[in-house]
Amino acid sequence: MSVRKKFIEELEGRKSFLLGDEACAYGAIYAGCDFFAAYPITPASEIAEKMAEVLPQMGGKFIQMEDELGAISAVIGAVWAGAKGMTATSGPGFSLMQEGIGYGVMTETPFVVVDVQRSGPSTGQATKPSQGDVMQARWGTHGDHNIIALAPWSVEETFYLTVEAFNLAERYRTPVLVLSDGEIGHLREPFVFPKADDIEVENRFYGEPPFFGGGGLVPPMSKFGRGDFVHITGSTHKPNGLRDVETQSVHDELVRRLYDKIEKNREKIVKTNLDAQSGSKFGVISYGVSARPSYGAVLQARRKRIKVDFLRLVTLWPFPRNQVREFTKNLRAVLVVEENLGQMVREVERFAQCRVEFFGMIGGRTPSVSEIYSALKGMF
Amino acid sequence: MSLHQVKFSGFGGQGIILSGFIVGRAAVIYDKKNAAFTQSYGPEARGGYCSAEVIISDETIEYPFVMEADVLVTLSQEAFKKYASILKKDGALIYDPDMVKLSKLPETVRVYPIQATKIAEELGNKVVANVVMLGFFTAISGEVSEEAMRRSVLDSVPKKFVDLNTRAFNRGLELGKALLKKC
Repeated sequence: MSVRKKFIEELEGRKSFLLGDEACAYGAIYAGCDFFAAYPITPASEIAEKMAEVLPQMGGKFIQMEDELGAISAVIGAVWAGAKGMTATSGPGFSLMQEGIGYGVMTETPFVVVDVQRSGPSTGQATKPSQGDVMQARWGTHGDHNIIALAPWSVEETFYLTVEAFNLAERYRTPVLVLSDGEIGHLREPFVFPKADDIEVENRFYGEPPFFGGGGLVPPMSKFGRGDFVHITGSTHKPNGLRDVETQSVHDELVRRLYDKIEKNREKIVKTNLDAQSGSKFGVISYGVSARPSYGAVLQARRKRIKVDFLRLVTLWPFPRNQVREFTKNLRAVLVVEENLGQMVREVERFAQCRVEFFGMIGGRTPSVSEIYSALKGMF
Repeated sequence: MSLHQVKFSGFGGQGIILSGFIVGRAAVIYDKKNAAFTQSYGPEARGGYCSAEVIISDETIEYPFVMEADVLVTLSQEAFKKYASILKKDGALIYDPDMVKLSKLPETVRVYPIQATKIAEELGNKVVANVVMLGFFTAISGEVSEEAMRRSVLDSVPKKFVDLNTRAFNRGLELGKALLKKC
């Protein structure tokens, strides 16, 4: 029996009062992560601490790098050597990692980046929480590209979405982002470790060349040491991996395929959480930690016999546009709640079929149930 | 709906965050309740403010942060100033009188002094001040059972410090029970 399997078997069924960041680390372990490189930063450091403790016990590797550029690059290298890799950071480090994320997109390297968001810009309110990086997650790295980003709202969901992030990374051969936040990362809640057999884990598909195109949306992968001829580059390349930065059609074919492999699988990727009642005229859309008091406000309205629907975005990118369209179809107005000055609300406005209102809070605090309820009442 | 909100506050290095974790774990693992725990601290490794919040409930916890504290525990003047206002009118304040000078509190707030730091020093090591305080908290607040707290404290203690921590917890607990009898 492998050391990993034994390690997980000892956890199975155990009830724990687990930290969000630790749940992320354990999710990675269940998903088969065997390489982690990072540079410590609050509120993400506990992920690195847990990985540093656990990975060496099972033959995996933990490296504390000199900075975030080094961390994400080490992960990319390890993945091409056959590892399942992850890094974790917060705002300032996430900014530094953007170049590596773009390189991961272009070279079709599957790995997971966790951003435990904190209040910026720059050092900001180190180390207080925020949801200010959701647009950076979408467009932070330059050039046309698509990205997958998931936002947990609890400790338990942090575990399961980290597993999901690894699976999506392998399935679509792309970097996947977990957008946690300082509240969820530093929250402790009851958690029962699941059985390994109940967790679906997607493994890498190694195949024959070409490794960078040539029919299909997701080509098979190779790895160093297998004897293949492999050329990996962030420059525009042909299906065999060799550079061609001159020919329009080569770039068009490559970048459009990278875009389409996520775009065309949008409905398979997107997850939302819906609590709707027939006849509602009002709705609330939120995600991550803000969704908790938002849902509390929805329940408060219902206790006062006002029907309010609730949609939580579990997948932030690709944006759940069809779900938002459907959700808002029969509503008079929808309230979007975020811990920023209005980022995802712009996307909601693009697709909503009703009036869109916004409630945002910054300054390192999650809005309370009553604050959101007051905003909600203003719409009735 | 029974929802209890507890806040621990002080400066970094006093074991504030660990205290909140121990109470939350006692509630979840040993008392089989639901609980949520959050922590907040500045960029400093030691010193600076820090706080921990524990919500204990029999039901789902939608909002995992303290809005109005049933119990506020404070081991530093700065933390007292910062957080005194979040206490419920009939809430309980637990504080170390050697570290905190009280001011401007509603008369309805119940105040419970415990010289946790001094007692810990008398027991041989001031690092167990938070455990003295946890024993006292257990007696005063009734938020978690004595047995659950004992087990949860010891879960965080290396073997060679079990005796010291047990004595610290018991001392706080006795003082808390004695004080309640007097009230």
